[in-house]
Amino acid sequence: MPARDFADRRPFEGDRDLTAATEHLAELYRTMARIRAFEEAAERESIGGVQVLGVTANASAKVRGPLHLSIGQEAVAAGVCAHLQRADLLTSTHRGHGHTLAKGANMRQMMAELFGRAGGSNGGKGGSMHIADFSVGMLGANGVVAAGMPIACGAAHALKIRRLPQLVACFFGDGAINRGPFLEALNWAAVYRLPLLFVCEDNRFSATTESAPMTAGEGAAVRARAIGVPSETVDGNDVAAVSALAQRLIADIRGGSGPRLMHALTWRVKGHVSVDGQAYREADDIAAAQAGDPLRRARDALLAAGTPPEALDRIDAEARAEVDDALRFANQSPPPERAAAFTDVQTLGDGTWR
Amino acid sequence: MAVTTMTYAAAAAAALGAAMRSDDRVVALGEDLGRGGIFSQYRGLVEEFGAERVIDTPISEGTIVGAGVGMALAGLKPVVEMRVADFALCAMDEIVNQAAKNRYMFGGQGRVPLVMRLPIGIWSASAAQHSQSLEAWFAHLPGVVVLCPSTPQQNYSLLRAALRADDPVIYMEHKELWARSGEVDDAAVATIGRAQVLQRGAQLTIVSWSAAVHTALQAAAQLRAEGVQASVIDLVSLWPWDRDTVLTDCARTGALLVVHEAVQAGGFGAEIAATAAEHTRCRVARLGAPRVPVGYAASLEAASRIDAAAVVRAARELLATHAA
Repeated sequence: MPARDFADRRPFEGDRDLTAATEHLAELYRTMARIRAFEEAAERESIGGVQVLGVTANASAKVRGPLHLSIGQEAVAAGVCAHLQRADLLTSTHRGHGHTLAKGANMRQMMAELFGRAGGSNGGKGGSMHIADFSVGMLGANGVVAAGMPIACGAAHALKIRRLPQLVACFFGDGAINRGPFLEALNWAAVYRLPLLFVCEDNRFSATTESAPMTAGEGAAVRARAIGVPSETVDGNDVAAVSALAQRLIADIRGGSGPRLMHALTWRVKGHVSVDGQAYREADDIAAAQAGDPLRRARDALLAAGTPPEALDRIDAEARAEVDDALRFANQSPPPERAAAFTDVQTLGDGTWR
Repeated sequence: MAVTTMTYAAAAAAALGAAMRSDDRVVALGEDLGRGGIFSQYRGLVEEFGAERVIDTPISEGTIVGAGVGMALAGLKPVVEMRVADFALCAMDEIVNQAAKNRYMFGGQGRVPLVMRLPIGIWSASAAQHSQSLEAWFAHLPGVVVLCPSTPQQNYSLLRAALRADDPVIYMEHKELWARSGEVDDAAVATIGRAQVLQRGAQLTIVSWSAAVHTALQAAAQLRAEGVQASVIDLVSLWPWDRDTVLTDCARTGALLVVHEAVQAGGFGAEIAATAAEHTRCRVARLGAPRVPVGYAASLEAASRIDAAAVVRAARELLATHAA
């Protein structure tokens, strides 16, 4: 019973707390609904946009190339980012739309970026895999597994050296823990006692390969503890639980604790990329992933707490309307001029591309 | 402002110290920096600036460079030390996919003012994994500047210029130049992308960089004794490279010989030779190392070295074909 789970985790002292907790949960629900609506639209626009896994590309898709969807994982992004401030920094993975939206990025510019348009957040130079909005501290998705981790260390190291009060949230997947930068970055963050929250978004898959048979030992949290980074595991589909844990870990970090790791267990509902039909997964595995839908769980909890269903329907409708507006913006934005291929390469030697 | 005699290593420490004094965003990180670096190129800095700005790191090359990227994005101007270029191969994702691509793929939202020090070159008796000259790999890479100082003065002025740049810079000192002494004028300002014409001759243009410049100068002296007048150009900067200076000189002499310590096949000498051939009527030749790993035994190591006699031979051959 999701509603009881929620109540058990957050002991309320009175109606006022209940109201505040419900309002917070509704905000988390709104963030997740925006991510879901954005990605469902992006998915529709991506069909036929990439040649991979035996699928042939066609030219009509507006979102081209690999599109990695976080559908089913929204609670991790929403729950963690609810406790970040605009000036806090964030590094993400190739599956980064949710982190970017939850950090406060502009949805119109994000959709235009997925469309490869001049009005995109990156001017069409990056696409989904490099989605970023530096203006809200979102330092970029990354096409290389675990590559954000050393960058997050450096950003946190700079904050510490500059005596700034912010922290860095570093998202990575369960596949990343088998790459060297995972070890290097955890060690680095612990050695220099950096203000850094590591978030292992464990969706149980490394591309099209199940992570468990590829991973020795007990996984991210245990590995991190062995390096001296305190770590806690959470139900990553329970947005209230993620939020509560993030709030506590982030408070520790802001208090000078040094790095912390959250191991969030979630489910990847969609394939590795949007056109991946997941023939390699058992039907009941996918069904279980869908059954754990974090939006439905949050919705059930909100209804159980007395939220009128119309209020939730309104949140859903507003999210869809925002995405429709973003789609219109992206459709109207022109493609980048060819000359833009030669800008923002480097300053010294600018123009000497041959 | 002062002119002092100092080593190539001391010049680098002086340049970094001056930059750190004038800009508190400049920090240095890498293995063994707290003891001045393994070649003394950071000597005295931790004493002056403390361990928070001259940072001893674990042996984690990927994270040394990756952290450099993150520091740059978060407002610092980091210098990262790889101790030998060969070790930077453990950080190739961070150099190639992260530092070099950040500005472009994020549409210019950020800048990565990061100086990556990757000492190159044969370091006597250090064998295959501590001796490589991989500058061509990085010249091939959009998004980075590639610098190869050959003298103490260059190591001072060029490092200061690298620290003023807002690009990622691959800064390649040569391991057999650390102890080389020379005058350093701390007021001299280097312009990145400008070659130095060390001497002018009428018959041949020799282009080189890093330690091989000194070999080229020895060869030019021998050639002069034989009646051949050669220009010697120190390229200094591989990207951007000074096409105007090189092309103007080889158009005048009609013959270009590029000399580098790196393996000849696929080397940056090929880029210069091809550009010269495309844009001038000059004849071109390259001289680099054979495509073999650097061996340990002195006799094997010698097979990878380019000496002045080899440069003289290559020059004679080029001029003979030129005349024919």
